[in-house]
Amino acid sequence: MELQTLIYLVVGATFLLYFVLAIVARAGTTSEFYVAGKGINPVLNGMATAADWMSAASFISMAGLIAFNGYSASAYLMGWTGGYVLLAMLLAPYLRKFGKFTVPEFIGDRFYSNTARVIAVIALLVISLTYVIGQMKGVGVAFSRFLETSVEVGLFAGMGIVFVYAVLGGMKGITYTQIAQYVIMIFAYTVPAIFISLQLTGHFLPQTGTGATLTDGSNQYLLQKLDLVLVDLGFAEYTGTPDLMNTFLLTLALMIGTAGLPHVLVRFFTVPRVRDARKSAGWTLLFIAILYTTAPAVGAMAMWNTLKTVQDTDQIGSPEGNLLYAERPEWMKSWETTGLLSWEDKNGDGRIQYYNDANEDFAALAEDEYGWKGSELTVDRDIMVLANPEIADLPNWVIALIAAGGIAAALSTAAGLLLAISSAISHDLLKGVFMPNISEKNELMAGRIAMTVAIIVAGYLGLNPPGFAAQVVALAFGLAASSLFPALMMGIFSKRMNKQGAIAGMLAGLSITLLYIFWYKGWFFIPGTNMLPDNAENWLFGINPTSFGAIGAAINFIVAILVAKMTTPPPHEIQELVEDVRVPRAS
Amino acid sequence: MEQRSNRADYWRANLKVLFGCLAVWFLVSYVFGILLVDTLNQIHLGGYPLGFWFAQQGSIFTFVVLIFFYAWRMNAIDKKFGVAED
Repeated sequence: MELQTLIYLVVGATFLLYFVLAIVARAGTTSEFYVAGKGINPVLNGMATAADWMSAASFISMAGLIAFNGYSASAYLMGWTGGYVLLAMLLAPYLRKFGKFTVPEFIGDRFYSNTARVIAVIALLVISLTYVIGQMKGVGVAFSRFLETSVEVGLFAGMGIVFVYAVLGGMKGITYTQIAQYVIMIFAYTVPAIFISLQLTGHFLPQTGTGATLTDGSNQYLLQKLDLVLVDLGFAEYTGTPDLMNTFLLTLALMIGTAGLPHVLVRFFTVPRVRDARKSAGWTLLFIAILYTTAPAVGAMAMWNTLKTVQDTDQIGSPEGNLLYAERPEWMKSWETTGLLSWEDKNGDGRIQYYNDANEDFAALAEDEYGWKGSELTVDRDIMVLANPEIADLPNWVIALIAAGGIAAALSTAAGLLLAISSAISHDLLKGVFMPNISEKNELMAGRIAMTVAIIVAGYLGLNPPGFAAQVVALAFGLAASSLFPALMMGIFSKRMNKQGAIAGMLAGLSITLLYIFWYKGWFFIPGTNMLPDNAENWLFGINPTSFGAIGAAINFIVAILVAKMTTPPPHEIQELVEDVRVPRAS
Repeated sequence: MEQRSNRADYWRANLKVLFGCLAVWFLVSYVFGILLVDTLNQIHLGGYPLGFWFAQQGSIFTFVVLIFFYAWRMNAIDKKFGVAED
């Protein structure tokens, strides 16, 4: 069958599945709309949370990030998984015992303050909106690449699909679609990885294949060979370890941020019991780990495949060592048409040179001795996942599956974020603060309207991204780390923490983190308004703004504890509430 | 009063498990994966330098095991202190 028809069939079939699930599992009450009636099996919730968490970026971009950064990308792997350990042990079981609908609701009740609740809502909205922009764009990009539509058409189609199943289904509908999306996503990710691992190393598991010897007769380890060839081409060693301090801080910021992300936390409100919440976090991480331990393999193997395609690694520097452009493989041709791969014959020899021309010493040597006039191949990092099936010569249905998987990854995360946004508006702001007497029916309606508006805003911002696409992730994680996580944790682990301390802590953490990010990235990310150039020489103590969330969290903790010490302890019934949240059995 | 001291003991038992788990969490990621990465990279696990392996594989596997261990221990402690859910 024609590839394009097959992609339409596979992607269309997955959409149909999402619609059917949403209609079968549509929400009839606010409890079903916000927390799926608290009746989700912990293993299934683990799958849904994994899909909720793994975004278009995890699916499409992470392997490429690892491929081009080697060891330095480990911060993302450890940070985005280690956060679940914090979430499982410090937050999820207690929030489940608290047993209400949203994260700001816990903060408002625990700190007996609507001010605290509103601050939490604001943090949640900023975090979730910045995040959802990327997902909507991801849907658009995935559509345009695979279905040959324009990005706009893809984005509108994505908005329409999310609208149908998220607005109708609420948390209940979203949960069942996310389970389906997880299955599609993980299958699409691992199948090509397994085949590539078999081809390169003879290992079925990509996780062990990465540590194995190459089957090309060289009898060298994959990682060892990769280190050698990269250095020969002027790059840093793949397993080399520069700037350990920022790796440490970034890992910490991503971990604390992950544990404080409201759309992930709220998924643990949907299981029946406290012990289900504990277990469900384990299943979540297991399901995530399948992808996250495969990604480094995909990264290393795709990098190796790319290098050895264009460069005979035993003949670096001799003209015959470089691939003739006319003899390039099919997959390179097909990705050139998408613009993700491009070639410019700088030295006019008709051959492809790929090396690190930003390394001045090596560039000078390459020009003098090899006659190279600059690196000629530009490779977008997203190719490392998207082109994998073609590189491995896999059948067309696998390519169709990757398309469905990429779209599933973006849709599942977008739906989770949109739900967090709409419940913060209808439940925390309307029902909680401004219209306490609203009927359940009207609150449910308000939730649906809020989600519709959120979809339109996210779609608009996806079409007209505010020019800071790359920085928003830093912002979202920095804010989650510096505002919500410390407040939640102290709310559970300190009976002495009071309203004044929590509010002061959240405000201090939020504002200093924002200030530090804006200082180097520009006020509201407007280019040219930064106070100092964004490079290591100007950073305070060498701390990268991307990693600053860890410092922001520390500031939040310190300010909150100091202020709480100087003000009155929380009332007796709040201390009782904390006692109660700590114990699984209802008293 | 008895119930109260029971609760306090339960919370102490919880914190003990928690600190043990977080110590392992810190060890496999921050210590083995980052602080001692260059030292551990002298040792190899097949083709993986050991520190690199902890940073990209080992820490993640350990995290999964840790959460299940925590859930299992806590369920046992819930039962012991009579605070388990029905």
